[in-house]
Amino acid sequence: MATLELRNVNKSYGSGLPDTLKNIEISIDSGEFLILVGPSGCGKSTLMNCIAGLEDISGGAILVDDQDISGMSPKDRDIAMVFQSYALYPTMTVHGNIAFGLKMRKMAPAEIEAEVARVAKLLQIEHLLGRKPGQLSGGQQQRVAMGRALARRPKIYLFDEPLSNLDAKLRVEMRTEIKLMHQRLKTTTVYVTHDQIEAMTLGDKVAVMKDGIIQQFGTPRQIYNDPANLFVASFIGSPPMNFIPLRLQRRDGQLFALLDSGQARCELPLGVMEAGFEDREVILGIRPEQILLATAESRNQSSIRAEVEVVEPTGPDTLVFVELNQTKVCCRMAPDDAPQVGQTLELQFDPSKVLLFDAQSGERLLPGKAQPLEHKVAQFMTG
Amino acid sequence: MTSRSSLSLSRVAIYATLLAACAVYLIPLVVMLLTSFKSPEDIRTGNLLSWPEVFTAIGWLKAWDGVGGYFWNSVKITIPAVLISTVIGALNGYVLAMWRFRGSQLFFGLLLFGCFLPFQVVLLPASFTLGQLGLANTTGGLVLIHVVYGMAFTTLFFRNYYVSIPDALVRAARLDGAGFFTIFGRILLPMSTPIIMVCLIWQFTQIWNDFLFGVVFASGDTQPITVALNNLVNTSTGAKEYNVDMAAAMIAGLPTLVVYVLAGKYFLRGLTAGAVKG
Repeated sequence: MATLELRNVNKSYGSGLPDTLKNIEISIDSGEFLILVGPSGCGKSTLMNCIAGLEDISGGAILVDDQDISGMSPKDRDIAMVFQSYALYPTMTVHGNIAFGLKMRKMAPAEIEAEVARVAKLLQIEHLLGRKPGQLSGGQQQRVAMGRALARRPKIYLFDEPLSNLDAKLRVEMRTEIKLMHQRLKTTTVYVTHDQIEAMTLGDKVAVMKDGIIQQFGTPRQIYNDPANLFVASFIGSPPMNFIPLRLQRRDGQLFALLDSGQARCELPLGVMEAGFEDREVILGIRPEQILLATAESRNQSSIRAEVEVVEPTGPDTLVFVELNQTKVCCRMAPDDAPQVGQTLELQFDPSKVLLFDAQSGERLLPGKAQPLEHKVAQFMTG
Repeated sequence: MTSRSSLSLSRVAIYATLLAACAVYLIPLVVMLLTSFKSPEDIRTGNLLSWPEVFTAIGWLKAWDGVGGYFWNSVKITIPAVLISTVIGALNGYVLAMWRFRGSQLFFGLLLFGCFLPFQVVLLPASFTLGQLGLANTTGGLVLIHVVYGMAFTTLFFRNYYVSIPDALVRAARLDGAGFFTIFGRILLPMSTPIIMVCLIWQFTQIWNDFLFGVVFASGDTQPITVALNNLVNTSTGAKEYNVDMAAAMIAGLPTLVVYVLAGKYFLRGLTAGAVKG
């Protein structure tokens, strides 16, 4: 049980090379589950190694329970880690693997036995204690690796893409188990993944990273509903958010987004009053499940007719692709409502769910968190 | 039918070739063994491949009288030199693979030069160094030379073996609270049996069979068996006792043969280790 705070953490591998981590600011409460998510090479594993002490940071501070640990060696930090490759000691039995860290900490043999038994029971690996890692399946190795981390009862757990070596079915099972385990133990956890579903399902807080910079830090809900920029919006969500390039128009003090399906056009009212947005190239973002089939009653100026180009049934729902503004747009529908290819649909957009991004910088424009345009332009010019 | 007969024909050809190759390798050994058990008269009257009329161990006894003392010299040189160079190589390899430091690649590259240095190049500087250290013409001096010269090879072996081991193991052990030597002793060494065997066999063969360092850096009673064998065979006085020469050569060659037979399977396993999993 410990709080974790990263204060302005920087990491570079020498002058001339680009920084691996830039001004990382994260703070989580005791017992929270933090997800570091991003594409490969974004610095998330480096950040985790820095927290573990396996790599030094070039600047900033890492605080656990308000104590700076960035100068400590890994063994003094009281942090346990589960590695992507599990990194089980191949010549030791499962028992030996779990007990190793305890022996290193000079725990009494009787206590070690009790602790190994407790962890083995918790993870249901009691029958495997006498085996070597090579005799275990991937899922069992995964459990042992977790057991090794659990046994020490550290202040913080670190998970480095622990599920990426498992097959799809086992991955879902272990995901649930990790969540269950965390709900029971309530230990502060940092979890690195490139899988946005793991990020959404497991995290209390999510930090989306790219190029060593935190793009957004917030709850999974915030990240999903209120992405800070195009990158976050495109990275989180499957199937991904639709991005439709268009030009904003103003009429009667209202802003409109002009959509064109080839068959029909519609002016989506955005209801934004600020000046300066008209005639701007923007990217309109809308998630596949936010595009609905229009009913006779709901049909209005924000609905548009379009021809179905591709239909992909996935089981629980069916993905329907249409073309708007020369861009493929994915709509998620209930299988029973799914149309045939070539059929014409009447689609309905919820203007309140629509997100706007700057076409050049990718920054989020509207609604809500967007900054005034002058500021954005100034930032764009200087940046 | 035709494919069957051609198959068997090719089989016959393969086995004939293999047998011929075996004979090429084994006949010298057979000749040595047979000759070593012959009496001098037998050698004079019979030909090279003829069966001994009586098997006699007289050649072996005389040979042991001649080179037995030097055999123990070789043991006293080889065993410490093999063990020390293997231990140093293991530690070097561990550091170069798992604890990279600035310039460690360059360091490793320079160390590799040691593998390509011919023996003759180091003779003069080595003898100067041994003289300065007061180790000239001693068993300790020869051990030192062999350790230094063998270090490049043993480091290469261990470094390449450890490079194929995921460094997450070391990181996990560090988080578990293990230090530099604990990680080496508890995690890596128990995994290293194949490469230890390769190292032991390689170094044993190199050091036991060494002649040049032995003849240059040892004299008189401290000479290794290879030098003693040469002295025995190359004597120009008296009648040539081929049975004694052959028995002495067998005595000189047996230990490496025994080591290879005992640990050979590890040797092959160790040489191919890391080849499958990059």
